[in-house]
Amino acid sequence: MAQIFAYIVHKGGVIDDTAAELAVAAKKIDASSAVTAIVTGSGADLDTVCQEAAKLYPEVWKFDNQALAYPNAEVIRKLLVDVLPKDAVFLVPHDTFGMDLGPGLSIKLDVPYVPDVIEIEAADGSTFKMVRQEFSGMAHTHVACDLGSGGVITPRPGVFQPEEGAAEAGGKVTDKSGEAGDLSARRRFLEVVEAEVGDVDITKADVLVSIGRGIEDEENIELAEELAEAMGAVVSCSRPIVDAKWMEKSRQVGTSGQTVKPKVYMAMGISGSFQHLGGIKGSPFMVAVNKNPKAPIFQVADVGIVEDILEFMPEMTEKIEELQ
Amino acid sequence: MEILVCVKRVPDTAENEIEVKSDGTDIERDDLVYSVNEWDNYAVEEAIQIRDNVGGSVTVVTVGDDESEEVLRREMAMGADNGVLLSDSAFEGSDGRGVAAILKAQADAGNYDLILCGAQADDGAGQVGGMLAAMLDWPYASLVNHIEIVDDKKIKVGREIEGGNQELNEIELPCVLSIQTGINEPRYVGIRGIRKVASVEIPVKGASDLGLDPATVGEAGAKVKRLDYFVPELGEGAEILEGSMEEKIEKLIELLKAKGGLK
Ligand SMILES: Cc1cc2nc3c(=O)[nH]c(=O)nc-3n(C[C@H](O)[C@H](O)[C@H](O)COP(=O)(O)OP(=O)(O)OC[C@H]3O[C@@H](n4cnc5c(N)ncnc54)[C@H](O)[C@@H]3O)c2cc1C
Ligand SMILES: Cc1cc2nc3c(=O)[nH]c(=O)nc-3n(C[C@H](O)[C@H](O)[C@H](O)COP(=O)(O)OP(=O)(O)OC[C@H]3O[C@@H](n4cnc5c(N)ncnc54)[C@H](O)[C@@H]3O)c2cc1C
Repeated sequence: MAQIFAYIVHKGGVIDDTAAELAVAAKKIDASSAVTAIVTGSGADLDTVCQEAAKLYPEVWKFDNQALAYPNAEVIRKLLVDVLPKDAVFLVPHDTFGMDLGPGLSIKLDVPYVPDVIEIEAADGSTFKMVRQEFSGMAHTHVACDLGSGGVITPRPGVFQPEEGAAEAGGKVTDKSGEAGDLSARRRFLEVVEAEVGDVDITKADVLVSIGRGIEDEENIELAEELAEAMGAVVSCSRPIVDAKWMEKSRQVGTSGQTVKPKVYMAMGISGSFQHLGGIKGSPFMVAVNKNPKAPIFQVADVGIVEDILEFMPEMTEKIEELQ
Repeated sequence: MEILVCVKRVPDTAENEIEVKSDGTDIERDDLVYSVNEWDNYAVEEAIQIRDNVGGSVTVVTVGDDESEEVLRREMAMGADNGVLLSDSAFEGSDGRGVAAILKAQADAGNYDLILCGAQADDGAGQVGGMLAAMLDWPYASLVNHIEIVDDKKIKVGREIEGGNQELNEIELPCVLSIQTGINEPRYVGIRGIRKVASVEIPVKGASDLGLDPATVGEAGAKVKRLDYFVPELGEGAEILEGSMEEKIEKLIELLKAKGGLK
């Protein structure tokens, strides 16, 4: 079986949760393989990251170079094409970095690409069956691919959960910086602009009434505001509501928005995409109201109600007001 | 600036319940409402705005069947100048790489400065743009939520990264970008707009027109094969509240009181 590599995402000297998750995914491909972690970056933080990675992986390759200070996928792709063995199986999380790197890397390595994978099963020899979701999670598929001559796989963040209290790998860190070739690219990183802070901080709210595309029209947002007011809650939303400019970006829950930790989360007309759910932490009591009984949100919610939110919300508001 | 925008015809998940066929070979496609992939509308709008600012033309292209023509017309009604349909029985069963290879042939046949894709489509893969860029050996940026034309050699792009932060990059032309939703507000297309372009000729190109070896695309060229569609065995899932609307609300209020969601 081919050698497996995992790309370690890190920021400010701290490794991302996906570092441990990729180790779990790698085991599903080959339980006996000594998986190698790849750590790229620059400066003092990098050694801390390598030490952390060595707790999860038996081998850590460190690439320290000023050109790698910010993870520019175009630069890192060049590096990987130079240093990876011919038949490498390369894992990188399906996040904004992995989505930037994975497709092009698979072409340059001339290997199969399997994006956003949520399960990996051995099939026949070097052929694997992997599970993906399509149509915003409304259908699942098995895809087959031969990893015998390598592959690029992007496991979905948060899915391959490591076991608690697993033994440390006690890995060896090897400085491979000298093996990097030309690290120039036709895309140059300039700076990161931090998201704007809004008038309401949804991350501090105990109860969120969160609206999705099911709200249908900007005028209907009022119904959610009235319900939130009656409940003593704050209104948050899914991405399409922000894209439509109906609410501020600071109200968006999800991987490209805010991470919230409420006690109660009311998902109103939200389908339950993984990018949305990725912004909800701390296992709140989740209520989903959706007119489609098959909406994926019902798989993760604690309580589900199949109703039209445009009728449901005003009735609930009225009921609460009656009780007060 | 000569701009090529890649668009895909997809079932509209906001309009449809997606059901897996009982034999698992496909989803139920009868009665599905199709539309342009949400992300691609933003890409076309962005291309039109760039053209209106700096001049040039916008061509929309899709790999698909006869029915895919309708999405090209829709995007032309928005304001794209040309449409091209890439269609051939040899293209059937293509994986993302196959679709990218077909689009590359179209890119090679033109003289484009900029190619725009959507960040992802109905398969949730987000693969075609990055593959196309690598095949062309052009620079690439994904999840683009801001474009600023600097000159005819380079542009500045913002990428949306975790937490809603934005990563600014300078990228040389020609390049491929995949566009994230929210970058602009796609214009509305009315029936009248569609009617205007109803009789415009849309060229159809097959494998031989594009100089493509059929063995490299379609099922023959696929490195990744979709085996089936299935409905997973689910865990317990949500407790579904039954009864009349009033009863459901009463039950919910009790539950919320217990969980601290209501004072
Ligand atoms: C890189 C990347 C990052 C992303 N980041 C985020 C993020 O941070 N946050 C986020 O939310 N999304 C994010 N997305 C988008 C995400 O993939 C989904 O497209 C999005 O979450 C869908 O929002 P939704 O559930 O509101 O809409 P839809 O998926 O369209 O769902 C609408 C739901 O409402 C139901 N409905 C419709 N009308 C009614 C009604 N009257 N009453 C009751 N129910 C109704 C429908 O049955 C459906 O289930 C990201 C995508 C990408 C590619
Ligand atoms: C792992 C995997 C295995 C697959 N296996 C099979 C299979 O065995 N048989 C099969 O029939 N299909 C298969 N498919 C589906 C088929 O390959 C898709 O049509 C193809 O991957 C492109 O769609 P996408 O949704 O992945 O595009 P994405 O990469 O998610 O779309 C991003 C952007 O690429 C552009 N784009 C995508 N598709 C087109 C298009 N057709 N025309 C123009 N532009 C386009 C658009 O700009 C779009 O916004 C598979 C898909 C995946 C992910």
